[in-house]
Amino acid sequence: MYTEKVMEHFRNPRNMGEMSDADGVGTVGNPVCGDLMTIYIRVRDDRIADVKFKTFGCGAAIATSSMITELAKGKTLEEALKITRGDVAESLGGLPPVKMHCSNLAADGLHAAIEDYLKKREAKR
Amino acid sequence: MKMRLLRVYMDHTAGMPVDDRVLESMMPYFTQNYGNPSSTHSLGNEARRAIDEARAKVAELIGAEKKEEVIFTSGGTESNNLAIKGAAYRKKEKGNHIITSSIEHMSVMNTCKYLNKQGFKVTYLPVDKYGIVDIEALKKKITAKTALVSIMYANGEIGTLEPIKEIGEVAHSKGAIFHVDAVAAAGQVQVNVQDENIDLLSLSSNDMYGPRGLGALYKKTGTPILPIMQGGGQERGLRSGTENLPGIVGMGKAAELAKTEMKTEAERVSNLRDAFIKGVLDNIAESHLNGHPTERLPNNINVRFSYIEGESLILSLDMEGVACSSGSACTSKTLEPSHVLLAIGLAHEDAHGSLLFTLGKQNAKEDVKYVLGLLPRIVRRLRAISPLTPKELVT
Repeated sequence: MYTEKVMEHFRNPRNMGEMSDADGVGTVGNPVCGDLMTIYIRVRDDRIADVKFKTFGCGAAIATSSMITELAKGKTLEEALKITRGDVAESLGGLPPVKMHCSNLAADGLHAAIEDYLKKREAKR
Repeated sequence: MKMRLLRVYMDHTAGMPVDDRVLESMMPYFTQNYGNPSSTHSLGNEARRAIDEARAKVAELIGAEKKEEVIFTSGGTESNNLAIKGAAYRKKEKGNHIITSSIEHMSVMNTCKYLNKQGFKVTYLPVDKYGIVDIEALKKKITAKTALVSIMYANGEIGTLEPIKEIGEVAHSKGAIFHVDAVAAAGQVQVNVQDENIDLLSLSSNDMYGPRGLGALYKKTGTPILPIMQGGGQERGLRSGTENLPGIVGMGKAAELAKTEMKTEAERVSNLRDAFIKGVLDNIAESHLNGHPTERLPNNINVRFSYIEGESLILSLDMEGVACSSGSACTSKTLEPSHVLLAIGLAHEDAHGSLLFTLGKQNAKEDVKYVLGLLPRIVRRLRAISPLTPKELVT
């Protein structure tokens, strides 16, 4: 059902955990649907210096969360906002069609975290 | 994908291995005794004899009065379709009302939904938190216009056994036909169609270690149903199509073995079941049993773990060589959590975290020990990843 790459990220998720002093936090999904994801980012000089995640959900939800943290780390905010759901799925060698919509939320989670950061920055000014 | 090493198979409701003795009994009917039971010659006679023998064995397993009351079909789904559509169409003049429960198998649920579109009225009875059908609701809803009551003998997902005899009494009090889906129950617990007021009963061969693609419908003499398949009039006009001779022989053998071995096996397996359930509830915080603690199929274990999701549990167990199922939306084709778990009152997020282990002949004490050894670690790991887990459970 899943590619080896998905299973590898499921087994050994990268950057899993919380970030107490995050600059931006994005939560997407809903436990009612079976997927809930929180992405935390630390921003330095408009770059994602660190990123962490916590996820409730299926194998695909956990693997895409892990993958997005790898894709986002070190990117400028502008670059990170351009990462799509398709990019995440592709980096994992593909996802089962049924999982493309419900569990492939990681890009949305990252974008939500960046927007949260931008909003907070705006408020400080 | 590579096949992982399978150490423990606990998904018998999804599929069972065929018993070696069953397979052996089938073999001659592929290449030597391949006659058509409708033929007049000797080879045809031998096929007819073999089918009659199998029919008698199935009849005996369920306590039917005569072997002629057994109709072979292609499986549980066809049996349920034939029973429900066949009875509803045949009894239309009595009334167009059907009563069923909210935890039936999809082959009952969707057949009722289909009949609803054809103009029948369907009542779905509620169940309590254990999954037991509300008999008081049945008494309130049943009328002289009720043509059919269809309730499962046992629920294959949460294992709950239904008060069939009582339900049958209520159905008959208003002249309704009583159909029972016994696919999950037959071969696990003693079913007796005569004692339990059953008019129609669905069976599946694979659910008792027989071959797939085979099932049966018991039809009590005098119960009126219409066929849903038109053709050469096999199975006394109720199921046209050349008989699946090796399959029928196999199902007969499976029924014979179930009849003789069921009691001992049910006792053995229910001990494993109880040890498994106790091991989970004692050792994993915020784990819960789904279904009834005692009125339960001997091979059924359905547990749920708060804050995590079933598919990731299945994958984690699969990596350690354990095969099981879940009622989570993430493992279903419809992306909806199991209707059974929702019907017993679970919130969606709780239904997502349930795991189903169904035991079989091949499972031993060591298997239970192995799985119980893995589960706490797997649950802890997934809870550490989940944002829903309360802090005190992670540390």
